[in-house]
Formats: sequence, structure tokens, C-alpha cells
Amino acid sequence: MINMCLRQMRKNQHGTITAISVAGELGRRLREMGLVPGTQIRVCGRAPLHDPVAIRVMDCTITLRNNEADHILVNVE
Amino acid sequence: MQLKMALAGNPNAGKTTLFNQLTGARQHVGNYPGITVDHKEGHLLHQGRKIIITDLPGTYSMTAYSAEELVARDYLVNNRPQVVINIVDASNLERNLYLTCQLLELGLPLVVALNMMDVAKTRGIEINTEVLAKHLRVPVVPIIARSGFGMTELLNTALQVASVPEPWNPLDISYGEDLDTTVAELIEKITSAAFMTETYHARYTAIKYLENDEQILAKGQEISPETAQQLEQLVARTADHTRRTLDVYPEAIIADHRYGYIKSLLRQGVITRKFDADRLYTSDKIDKVLTNRLIGPVLMLAILFAIYQFTFSWSEIPVAWLENGFNWLGGIVEQNLPDGPLKSLIISGIIDGVGGVLGFVPLIMFMFFGIAILEDSGYLARVAFMMDRVFRIFGLHGSSVMPFIVSGGIAGGCAVPGVMATRTLRSPKERMATLLTVPFMNCGAKLPVLALLIGTFFSENKARYMFFFTMLAWVVALLAAKLLRSTVLRGAPTPFVMELPPYRFPTIRGLLIHTWERTYQYVKKAGTVILGISILLWAMMTYPGLPGETATGFAQKRQEIMTAAGPEALAKVTAKNGETPSEPAKLLAERLTGIDNEEAEAALRHSIAGKIGTSLESISRQAGFDWRTNIALLGGFAAKEVIVSTLGTAYSMGEVAAEESLSLGQQLKKDEHWNKVVAVAALVFIMFYSPCFVTIVCIAKESSWKWAFFSMSFNTVFAYILAVAVFQIGTFFNLG
Repeated sequence: MINMCLRQMRKNQHGTITAISVAGELGRRLREMGLVPGTQIRVCGRAPLHDPVAIRVMDCTITLRNNEADHILVNVE
Repeated sequence: MQLKMALAGNPNAGKTTLFNQLTGARQHVGNYPGITVDHKEGHLLHQGRKIIITDLPGTYSMTAYSAEELVARDYLVNNRPQVVINIVDASNLERNLYLTCQLLELGLPLVVALNMMDVAKTRGIEINTEVLAKHLRVPVVPIIARSGFGMTELLNTALQVASVPEPWNPLDISYGEDLDTTVAELIEKITSAAFMTETYHARYTAIKYLENDEQILAKGQEISPETAQQLEQLVARTADHTRRTLDVYPEAIIADHRYGYIKSLLRQGVITRKFDADRLYTSDKIDKVLTNRLIGPVLMLAILFAIYQFTFSWSEIPVAWLENGFNWLGGIVEQNLPDGPLKSLIISGIIDGVGGVLGFVPLIMFMFFGIAILEDSGYLARVAFMMDRVFRIFGLHGSSVMPFIVSGGIAGGCAVPGVMATRTLRSPKERMATLLTVPFMNCGAKLPVLALLIGTFFSENKARYMFFFTMLAWVVALLAAKLLRSTVLRGAPTPFVMELPPYRFPTIRGLLIHTWERTYQYVKKAGTVILGISILLWAMMTYPGLPGETATGFAQKRQEIMTAAGPEALAKVTAKNGETPSEPAKLLAERLTGIDNEEAEAALRHSIAGKIGTSLESISRQAGFDWRTNIALLGGFAAKEVIVSTLGTAYSMGEVAAEESLSLGQQLKKDEHWNKVVAVAALVFIMFYSPCFVTIVCIAKESSWKWAFFSMSFNTVFAYILAVAVFQIGTFFNLG
């Protein structure tokens, strides 16, 4: 179990979000997509140029840019 | 009395499908004043009651960040519908209930429509609707919007809820000790000051203050600065506390507790799963191919190219019908009306104008049909996903690729459907930047001009130059976007975070409604303005006409030639009866046409447009353009292909058809004003100066007239600077 940033996660890695350290619009957008501490995620893949990243959250696939993923800390199994 | 019903829900939850299912074709789409969010309204009859349904924009929550969210929220609060149907995706319940939770906190009369029960079932998700209804304390109706399953029961339930008018009954969720205390304090202050209590529940206002909601905060300041100040101080104190102790803002705590509430609710026997959550579904398997790192982009190019082909090749057939129809109409007028200003107005002003408006209709229909397939199937989100890294460099969004391609990213598109295609972008700044730069692409109407100039001055390397100018359009458009995003549209990028919805087969009904809606809006909203401007431009190119003595001069010349040729030749020219005209008759006809063309040139030069063109010569000389080119460029504002025909008239060659401009090219080559450098300067200017007015009107309708005028002046100045640079540098190095 190690804490790492979502950007560093590899494809098909699982984890639980431990912290999201961003306020304002981005913070709110992440929360309304179900990205809150305690949520389980899995990295589905990345776009051809490695950015954005697609993740599986609560039965649906979400995509976000790497610089947005930087704010998300994940506890990886 | 009519019953007001509203539809709320997440994007991709099937809201539009449900709306279409309930209302069919009985719907009306408008825009909310000042913004480009669609206002959809439909009506239906159920159990003898007339129901008006408003389809609110799809949102994930009720914050005040996007125009869609504000519209949805304001509608619910200000219009107070008697019942709100909250459509919820059963296969993705947890996330969808986040919005439901906020609707419950608002307290309005709610019915939850649990959509896509079939999808949930195939995914092994079993939902106990009764338990869910019990815990949410609102009715829950399982439906399948695509097939129409559950519609009657949904409407019955909604009517039942609406028939018992109860005061709004907000749900209280605990946000933890810290916040609950603050909420209580806030409520006390709000109630005692009767602060906005007419519109919102005290608790709702309190939560919005804690969430730092811009709209409510601004409203509060306006209504009672004193109370607002007290509330803000209280919130600031709490925020300070939570940040010190927990390192989070109150709004994050609120969200956490909402999800906590949902989780605990779902755990009480609402949901049972048969399969492992990581199981791959069909949609994921498709994604393995379509968004594959290597094959994905190739397939994407192929799909986009197919849509492009579909839009521009297939629409040619109806476009040709329309063209023929209008030519036929013009022909009738030509034959039956006497020569004069009225005839000219009807043919060149009105028929050409209406033809111009309707000529775009097949294009718009085909394009929106294509885009609707991409959007409804879920593929458009994948395009944004794959292209975002490239477009972000220029301050744009992955979704910008579609408008660019439609506008002429593959040479031969059209900026009118391109501008309308920017609707698929949800990020306001990125959307504006796309809207303003797509007209830089090489649309189909610019191609004849490009072909003429390249064919004339660079005939040896035509293909290479055509390719070069297509690439140039991309480079300039993207750099211009970057320029706009670092100046007038400056600002941090809108969060990209978005859903990649599961692939779905679009319904034909949905596609048709979507296509019809857009086309109708174009004809209705843009059509009238376009017709007006078309007549105005016609007048500018026609009036004031030649002064009396000049016209008499041309008439005299004509008379002289005819007398000199003798009555025999004259009779042969006027007879026109199949027999081969004699040599003198041919000569006479040629000379008469020559006079006609000279007169047309003189008339054009004397017209308002001609005078503007002549007076601008001192400025345009810097870029190498004489008055003839200026007039043609002014004409190009009507439609870019007009440049060729106007240039023809200005060079006394009569109206030159855009496709048969060989002789005009030779004329240009002979002209001392033209050389290779001037040709490149003209090409650059034509590619990048003001969009044609149809595009301008569409930009105005998609944003505002302010931006439309900005587009006209910005592009023209920008193109002028480029053209001057090309001409001056080229001339300096003597490249002509």
C-alpha cells in the first residue's frame, strides 16, 4: 500500500482516493464526478499522447488531464 | 390549468431520450436570453391534463459554475414547476444520486425515474426500487426511456405528486459536527433577518454560503449587504477552522457527506451486484480498439473523414436541386420582367439571397446528422479524449477538432456548419476561441479563388501549393487561437474532467429530432438576417448606377457600332435562330458584349462598393491590391466565390463563372499590378480576412453581435498585416 499521485499510476492499477487537494471549479467538478476520498478507482488507459488519462469510477469512465490528476492522491493496492 | 413539469438529470442519463419519448415532435427549442444554452419545451396530454415539460440542461450538480447549472437551478427556483422528474441512470446509481441528493435538499416535489434498467440488469446490477423510494422519501419509477417502458406509470406518478400541493420539504443531511453547528447559526441569522427567504429555504441559503456559491453570494450582497457580511464572516471562520484541522474547505466536507449519505442509503439493500465491478463490458471492449494508442487515431481520422465526406459529398445532390430550383425561378423572372432595378433586385437581391440562405440547409442538416451520430453514440467524447493533448497547446479543447475539420480542415468544408458545430463544446472560453478561428480554414468557397490564383501564378506546382495553403490555414488558425486565448479570451483552461459514456446505438428518432431542431433554428434565426444583408450588399454593388451622360455615352457607342456593321449583320445577331452567324455578325456580337462588359465595369466602379474600393486603394496598395481587387474583396464578404465573378466584372470580362476562370487568370497575368508576390499576398488575405456574412450572422447567433463584429474586424486587420508583410518582404527581395 503506497500513496501516489494519480498521474503516476499505471494502466489497470487499482486504488482508493485518499485526498483531493484542490479548491474552486476543478475541485467541484472532480467531486461531482464522484472523485472524493474513499472512492475506488482503476486506471483504464491513456490517450495516444499519454494525456489525458481515463479512469473507472463508480461504474463509469471519467477522463481528466494529467495536470488535473496531479491533485488526486491515491492509495494503491 | 396546465401542469408545469421539469426534467432534470446528469448528462448521458437518457434525459433527452425520455424527453423525446414523452413529447415526440411536439417540442420547441429556443435559447435562454443571452446565453447559448438550449431551452427545450414540449407538451403532452395525459389523463386529460395538459402538461408542459421543460427539459433542463444536463448537469452533474447544482453549483453555479456553468451556464447550464445556473439555468437549471434558476428555472427550478423561479418557475417552481409542480413536479420535477429526476432521471437517474440505474447502471451508475451512486454518482447520479449526487444530483438527486441536491434536488432533495432544495426540497421540491420530486419523482425519480430510474432509467436504463435493462442496461443495469445486463451488468448484473439489481435495484430494489421500493427500498430506494422508502429511503429517498420520493416515488421511484423504473423506466427504459429508449423503448418507452414505464412511461405511463411515470406520468401517473408525476401527476399524483403534482396533485397534492405541498410546501417544499427540504431534506436535512448531516455534514458533520463542525458544519452542522455553523449551519444552525447561519439559519438563525437568515431566518431572523428574513434574508432571501422568499426565494430559498433558510437551510439551502446556509449551505450555499458554506459552499461559497458565487451567484448566491452576489445576490446576498445586493439584497442586504449587512446580513450578507455577517454570514460571510461566519463562513470564513468555519472555513478557517476546517482548513486548519482537516485541511479541507467546507464545500469538500459537504460533498463528502452527501456521498456518505448516498453510500449508506445504497447499502441498506437497495443495490445488489452479481458481477465483479472490474468486469469488462461491450463498451470497454470497443474502447480497447477505438481508443487504442496506435489504431485509435487512425480510426478516428477515418471516421472524421467519413463524416466529412458524408456532409459535403452527399449534400451536393440536394444542394444542386436547390440551385437548379432557384436558377429556374431566376430564369422565369428574367423572361417575364422588364429590365430595370426591380428585376435586378428580385434576381440578384432576393432570389440569390433566399437561395444563399437555403443553400446551406442541406449542409447543416447532413453535418448535424453526422455529429448527432457521433455524439449520441458516445464517440465524440473519445475524439476529445484523443485530441485534447494537441489542441490544449493552443488553448483549445479536444472537442475543437470537429468544428475545425467541418470548416475546411480538409479543404472544401464550410464555416457555417463549422461555427454551429462548436455547440458540442461545453467549455466557454475554449468554445469562443474555436468559434472565432474556424473561419480561417479553407472553406469550399475559397477554393475557386485559390485555384484561380495558384493556377495562374504557380501553375507548375498546383498540388503542392494547394497542400501548402491548407496546412497554412491550420497553422494560422491554431496560432490565432493561442493569440486569442492569451489576450481577449485569457484565463485558466476550463476543467477537462468529463465522462466517457458507454457506447450506445443512437435512436433514429433522436437523430432526426436533433437534426431538424438545428436546421430549423438556422433557417428561422439566421435566415431573415442573411436575406436582409444580401439585399444590402446587392444595393451596394449596384447603386447609384452610372450617371446619365456616361450611360448615354455607352448607348451611343453601341449605336455607332451597330450602324457601322450594317443592317444585315444586325439582323443576324438579333435573329438568333439556329443558323450559323456570319463573320461580321460574330464580330458585331463580340464588340457589343465588349461594350456591355465595359459598361458593367464602369457601373461597378461607380457603385458604392466601387467607391469604397477606390478610396481604400491607398491603404490596400501596401499589400499590393488595386481598386479592382478591393471591390472583389468587398464582394467576397457576401460569399467568397463572388470574388472571382466580381474580379471578372472589374476587369471588363463580364461575369466570370467561378469554375471557368482560365481567361480571367490570363488577364491577371498580363496586368502590371499582378505578379507572384501580389498573388500570395491576395491568397493570404482572402484566406484570413473577415468571414462571409452568413458565417458572421451564425457567429452572432452562437455568441453575440459583439463577437461577430470582433471577428470581422480582427480577421480583416490580421489578414491585412499578413498580406502587407508578404507583399513588402516579397517585393523587397524582388520575388515577383
